[in-house]
Order: sequence, then structure tokens, then C-alpha cells
Amino acid sequence: MTLDAFEHEKSARITAVDWAALAEDEGKRLKALGVDEGAEVCVIHRGVFGTRDPLAIRIGRMTIALRRAHALAIEVEPA
Amino acid sequence: MSRDDPVRHHRVALVGNPNSGKSALFNALTGARQKIANYPGVTVERKAGRLALPNGESRELIDLPGAYSFDAASPDEEVTRKLVHGEFEGEAAPDVLVLVLDAANLEQHLVFAQEVLELGRPTVVALNMVDLAERDGLTLDPAALSEALGVPVIPTVAVRRKGLDELIAAIAEADTHADEDAHKRWHLTLPERRLSAKHMAKGAILSTSTRHTIENGIDRVLLNPWVGPVILFGLLFVIFQAVFAWATPFADALEGGVGAVSALVTDTMPEGFVRDFLTEGVLAGVGSVVVFLPQIVILFFFILVMEASGYMARAAFLMDRLMAGVGLSGKSFIPLLSSFACAIPGIMATRSIPDAKDRLTTILIAPLMTCSARLPVYAVIIAAVIPQTSIGPGIGLQGLVLFALYVAGIVGAMAAALVLRRTVAQGAASGFIMEMPRYQLPRLKDLAIGLWQRAWVFLRRAGTIIFLVTIALWLMLSFPKAEPGESQMDASVAGMVADGLHPILEPIGFNREMSLALVPAMAAREVAVSALATTYAVDAADEEVAAEGVTDKIAALWSLPTALAFLAWFVFAPQCISTIAVARRETNGWKWPTFMVVYLFALAYVFAGLTYWGAVALGL
Repeated sequence: MTLDAFEHEKSARITAVDWAALAEDEGKRLKALGVDEGAEVCVIHRGVFGTRDPLAIRIGRMTIALRRAHALAIEVEPA
Repeated sequence: MSRDDPVRHHRVALVGNPNSGKSALFNALTGARQKIANYPGVTVERKAGRLALPNGESRELIDLPGAYSFDAASPDEEVTRKLVHGEFEGEAAPDVLVLVLDAANLEQHLVFAQEVLELGRPTVVALNMVDLAERDGLTLDPAALSEALGVPVIPTVAVRRKGLDELIAAIAEADTHADEDAHKRWHLTLPERRLSAKHMAKGAILSTSTRHTIENGIDRVLLNPWVGPVILFGLLFVIFQAVFAWATPFADALEGGVGAVSALVTDTMPEGFVRDFLTEGVLAGVGSVVVFLPQIVILFFFILVMEASGYMARAAFLMDRLMAGVGLSGKSFIPLLSSFACAIPGIMATRSIPDAKDRLTTILIAPLMTCSARLPVYAVIIAAVIPQTSIGPGIGLQGLVLFALYVAGIVGAMAAALVLRRTVAQGAASGFIMEMPRYQLPRLKDLAIGLWQRAWVFLRRAGTIIFLVTIALWLMLSFPKAEPGESQMDASVAGMVADGLHPILEPIGFNREMSLALVPAMAAREVAVSALATTYAVDAADEEVAAEGVTDKIAALWSLPTALAFLAWFVFAPQCISTIAVARRETNGWKWPTFMVVYLFALAYVFAGLTYWGAVALGL
């Protein structure tokens, strides 16, 4: 399941990231923020006015915003 | 310069992740005396100040741009990487590093920390914002962390000056080792660094409570998909009110002050070129710069509060969907918002956009946001040709037209972005990845320093350009001197330029007076009003009287299609040399400003023409 489809406010573990689907700088930025295989994340906010884009996710003690396009490249499983 | 050159003073640099409280620490260590410049060749700010050591000596302290990694993903990170590695041309590597870590976010910040420590330079760790960590229920053990990292760790609260003396003492101690050779450490891979960061963080955290951080509670409201945007637009409304209503008395006072000085010069100096040069050139130039200052300061105040409190990232989050629709991201929102006051600070604020194509597009569309200099022009024309009728409870036709002009600017900007992102600024769909910092109460001193710095940068950059342009235009309007019976404006160089322009502008309904007004309006758009006043030989002693006189003349002499075409022109035209000059500075060349001028003039011409022909066809 991708992070985009994962349940709200439930912990997820990243199993794979399709780096090829992301721009080089974006991949670097996500990695630098700790979004990588094995990391535990949790979707906490989504979009405005019913759109599901962008997402805010919690990773460690940090909140980061990213787009659906990124979340679609991130495979997760329940943690 | 070699390391053992006795004359060369050591330099200390602050390095750390974004949102580690680095800037607050920098302010606390150096006070208000800071030097802000650009790193050569890039539009990244270089902030430096003086750090006083306990022994009475002082060191230059540099605040490096925040970085998540030396594997650079943004121009900021590239500067930081090059600088600490000593690869930056004309700038030696810092001798002592102060690594700033967010105490509440250790696991994350320790990843980059290890990359910094691998350099083997004398390093001191500032374990910053320990108060916020405690608020979140974390108790830390600095000694354990120091043990694990092998460098001194000093707990600090920059905003309350806690731990600063200890930090400075540790920097002074590290400074004594600055001339020793670097002991490069073993290089770890990213997963290895992450793993060891996890262990070190675990070892340094004595206790942690599971209670929810206050961020969750606040974000639940501010990022709520329905309530969040409403709060944001409410806030924007307040900012707009403030920028346009609160600034007026201050702007009037400043203008009055310049006017008084001008009157004094007129009274005391003999008539002639020098006096005219001082009053109509120099002082008029100063006046047209300072009149913007109150608005800019008020706007910057709100932007700084939004940034320092952590709300700015939330605003970007809320606006991202909308901006994505035209190929931009939430990060373009702030520059475009600033552009409603003036495009110059707006274009300068695009530096926070990491993607080059996004940034370029934002710079190119910033002049389409209705800046405050257009208001006087709109006000005069609307008052002259739009009847003061009510078309509903509380809705006047004049207000509606003004609103429509603002909307036209926004719609034009969005449409331009859409086209630009598919043509000249083509690139991968722009992304939006950003850390949402924790909420913090902004501190007055940091706000004051930030406000002072931005106002000063505006005065220096925009000020010099607006000032020079005003003088140049005054010269163009004053020479050659008119023959008796001939109007000065007709005889001047500017008049000749207007004669050249008029045949081009005639098809879109512009009369000769309008073509003439466009020339001096290149200094600042609102000058169009006083230029029209001069051409219509209105006694322009007082600006308000002049505006009234112009309104009457326009009402009598301009047809409605002509007036509407003039309004449409000002929505799009790049009628401001200062903006063009700042765009040149921020894009490092003439290519993009030239493009901007051409596409905006083309848009202005086409839309003014369509407005004119449309209005004529409708029999208005």
C-alpha cells in the first residue's frame, strides 16, 4: 500500500521508496528529512477543501509537508 | 592566507539544520550589529557579526544557511557545503564551528551533525531550545551527548540568553585549537549516520513523556481542511487592511516632512538649476522612496511574525493546492503576497524557493500583483470616469471596478504562470517538501532586528534605484529648455519620447497626454498622476488638489473606452524600472528582466487594446 492510501493518524513503516519516480533534489531532500526505507511515519493532515493534496506527515518528532505525488512513491505497511 | 598567518583572525561559523534556532542564537551572540551581503555569484545571504570573547578579543561570526545535509539539494545548502569545506572562492573555511542542534529534534539533527563532525574541525555543540524540549516533556543529558559526539555540548536557550556565557567560553577554548590540523573522522554512509543518530539520541534522552505536543492541537485547527483556509484568508484581510490603512498617516507624515524640506530649500536658495535639481530631482526622489517605507515595514512586520511563529509554513501548506494548479508550489505564496505592497521585496523573497524554475516563474509574475503604487492611478481614473452609483447594499460601482482590477492582476499572474511553466520555465512538476517548524512565540528583539535589516535592504536597493531613476527622468523632463509659449514637457527629451510612443499607443485609444504620462511613470507608477497634472497645466502645489484637478480634466477630456484602456494598461505594464533592476539582480543577468519587460508590455498592449475596442464596440 502506498502512503497516500494509508489510514490517517496510524503509524506506518516505509518498506520501499520508488526513487526513480522522484526528482533528484526531491529524493535528496526526503532522504535528508529521514523519509527512507525502515522509517516510521504517520499522516496527520491532508489538503484543503476536501482535496487530498498536500499531506503533512509526522516522522520522529518532526512534521513535514509533501505532495501526493511523493506519497504515491512511498510504499508502507502498518507499523 | 595560511592557517598560521599571525595577522589573520580566526573565524567562527554557526552551522545546523533549518529550524534549529540558529538565527536567534546568532542574534543573541552578535547583537544588532550585523553585516548582510550576498555570497558572490549566488543570491544567498551572507550574515556576519562580531563575537566578543571573554579575553577581550573578538572573532568574526558567520551564520551559515541552514542545511539538512552536505549533499546539497538547494543553493543554500550548496553555499554551506562549499564554505565549510573551504571550496568557496575568496572565502577561507571557518576555523571553529558551532553546531546548532534543536534539543527537541535530536534524532533528526544528529544526522547532519555527524557529517559536520567528520570534518574534524574544532567544534562546539549548542544544544538549543532546551526549553521547548522540556515543554514537550523531554529531559536531556548533555554530558552523555558530549561523550558520544566527542565535543563539548552546551545547553542553550538563545531567545532567553541562557547558556550563552558557557557557549562563548567553549568557543574560546576551541579557538585555541584552531591552528591544529584537522583530524578527519571516518566517513559514514547516510543509513549508518541515521542509525548512530538514533542511538545517540536515545542515550541523551533521560526521560520522555508521551503527552501530545501543542503542535498537534494547534495544527488540528490551523491546518483543518475547512477552518484553516478561512483563518488564513481572515489573516490576509487584516494584513491588507493594515498595509493600506495604517500606513497612510505615516506615509503622509514622511511626505509632509520631505515637502517641508523642499519648501525650505525653495525659500532659502536662489532660483536656478541647482535649486530645481535639489527640489524637483533629489528631494522628489527621496520622497518617492520613503513614501513606500511605512507599507513595507508593516508588511514585513506581519511576514516576520508569521515566519518566527512557525505559521508561514502552514500558510504555504494551505496554499499549495491552489498554487499547484498553475505549476507553482506553496512556497511562491509569500513572495506573491509581498508583491501586493511592492514587487521589489516580493522578488527578493523568492530566494526561499528552492526550485530554480519555480523561483524564476514567481519573479516573472510578481509584477502582475497589484502593488500599492498603482492605487493612486486607479483612484484618479476611477473617480473620473466611473459613476459613484450603488449596485447593491454596501457595494459601490467604483469599489467593484477597483476590486476587478485586483482580480485581473491575480488572474493574469496565474494564467502567465501556467503558460510560463509550460514554455520558457519548463521543468518537472514542481514539488513541495518542507519541514513544518514548531510553534514559537516570536521575540520582540529578533523581530526588531529582522525588521530593521529588511527595511534597510529595501532602502538601499530600491532606494538607490528609484532615486537615480527619478533624477534621470527629471533631467529628461527639464531639458532642453522650452521656448517661450511652449510647454516644458512638450519641448523636453521626455516629450520627444512621448511623440515617438504616441503613434504606437494611438490604436489602443491612448491620447498624447497619456503617452507622455507613461514616460515619467517608469520611475514609479503613481508619478503618472502628477505627470498628467503637469501636462494638463493643473497647479500641482498640493498632491490632493492636483489629483482633483486631474480627475476633472480626465472626466471632461477622456472617453470612457480610453480611460478603461489606461486602467487595463496599468494592470499589466511593467511600469517600474526599479522592479526590472531588482529582477536583473536576482536572476544574475539581463536575459530574464528583458523577457519580463517584453511579455508584460505585450500583455498590457493587447489587453488595453481589447478593452478599448471592446468598449467602443459596446458603444460606451
